[in-house]
Amino acid sequence: MSATAQQAEQKAVDPALFETVLELIRRTSTILPDDVVRAIETAHATEEKGSNADVALNIIGCNIGLAKDKSAPICQDTGTILFYIHTPVGYDQLALEEAATEAVREATRIGYLRQNSVDSLTGKNSGDNTGPGSPVFHFHQWRKPHVEIKVMLKGGGCENMNAQYSLPHPDLGGRDLAGVENAILDCVLQAQGQGCGPGILGVCIGGDRGTSYAFAKEQLLRLLDDTNTDPVLGDLEKRIVDKANRSGIGPMGFGGKTTLLACKIGVANRLPASFFVSIAYMCWAYRRRGVEIDAASGAAVGWLY
Amino acid sequence: MANYNLTTPLDEATVRSLNVGDTVSISGRLYTGRDAMHHRIHTGTKPPVDLAGHIIYHCGPVMVKEGDHWKCNAAGPTTSSREEPYQWEVMRDYGIRGVIGKGGMGPKTLDGCAKYGAVYLHAIGGAAQVCAQWIKRVDGVDWMDLGSPEAIWHLWVEDFMTIVTMDAHGKSLHKEIFEESKAKLLALKAS
Repeated sequence: MSATAQQAEQKAVDPALFETVLELIRRTSTILPDDVVRAIETAHATEEKGSNADVALNIIGCNIGLAKDKSAPICQDTGTILFYIHTPVGYDQLALEEAATEAVREATRIGYLRQNSVDSLTGKNSGDNTGPGSPVFHFHQWRKPHVEIKVMLKGGGCENMNAQYSLPHPDLGGRDLAGVENAILDCVLQAQGQGCGPGILGVCIGGDRGTSYAFAKEQLLRLLDDTNTDPVLGDLEKRIVDKANRSGIGPMGFGGKTTLLACKIGVANRLPASFFVSIAYMCWAYRRRGVEIDAASGAAVGWLY
Repeated sequence: MANYNLTTPLDEATVRSLNVGDTVSISGRLYTGRDAMHHRIHTGTKPPVDLAGHIIYHCGPVMVKEGDHWKCNAAGPTTSSREEPYQWEVMRDYGIRGVIGKGGMGPKTLDGCAKYGAVYLHAIGGAAQVCAQWIKRVDGVDWMDLGSPEAIWHLWVEDFMTIVTMDAHGKSLHKEIFEESKAKLLALKAS
């Protein structure tokens, strides 16, 4: 048993689960997923050599390699630590939450994560990334025998660029696909380079204000090169990326051809009175990974992304 | 567009000679400062270090204590626009010659750059490891009570690469790109 597992045992959390989640966090913070790396490389090839966009993407490419080699955070901003967890029926979710929380503390102590959880009234940093609402857990049951944990680190810079529109909107349009498209592109315009573009958008059409944002973020769990199962949404996704990349905003807002790497859109039912379009802007440092865990032993049986 | 290698502290004439698009590699002392630090200065507390001629780096690094010294594990720039209400005052009152950050800043800062002789230097957002490599030493820290990301870290850097995106001549790349992209997206608007 490793030293960290012994530490976990002393804190009375499942040592195997603790180690699995700690490794998941390390991988997520330090190794950018292949689909994201490929999208960045493809984008880089389109930029004019020697331009500021080229310089930015060069440094981004070096950074991805360095982080992996040094097993150090890709970005200093840990962001929001979001867990998306599926468990078999009857599985002890509380024990998993406790082990994952302890793994977050340990990952912070090691330096895979920055101390990133601040009391909203006093401004005091908890120092270990835990506290009311952090980390974030989304639990779901499923009828499969194993546990799946996906984790996403979403930086504050890009989180601040998220936007929610209520249609109809006087400048952007009505409750139709044109209105939705204009709303999403307005978000891209307002974000400029501030969300550490080239960005990736997760979008939800519909829902209430709260569920719409949550669902938009969940779209970011999709692979960048997948195809939307709904052809109407698939076309819209392509149109958004194409138009955004003709805006000239470019990487970091320096100007250039790559403003978005992808756009992933989902729909949720809405109330007759409401029509929300919610956009979760993700930075290029798109840290999301997953693991499949044997429910009985807590050991990793497969890594995702 | 030109390339410069500059060492802090900077003098006013050098800073005023820089133009949007120039590449500037900074060596020497950098002080980090972000939201809580700027707010504290704004509400009347004097900075604990002499900022004259220096550059404030908008950054909340990942620092790990090893024995009696600090090691910088990651240190890319944070979004600068949050300091828009305060930055010009720090230029006026404490003589900083520039800030390093990401995303650019607004009209108050642009006016401050022209009036007091300062520039906005854009680092590559998210590139925390590349930036950390340019940080050779961590020589100290102040205002740790604000929490590690918000504290004033005394960094020693070599060839920290930035691009001038707001200069002391009133020019802002961010303003230009916003206007251009707005016009382009308007032409592509769905109906």
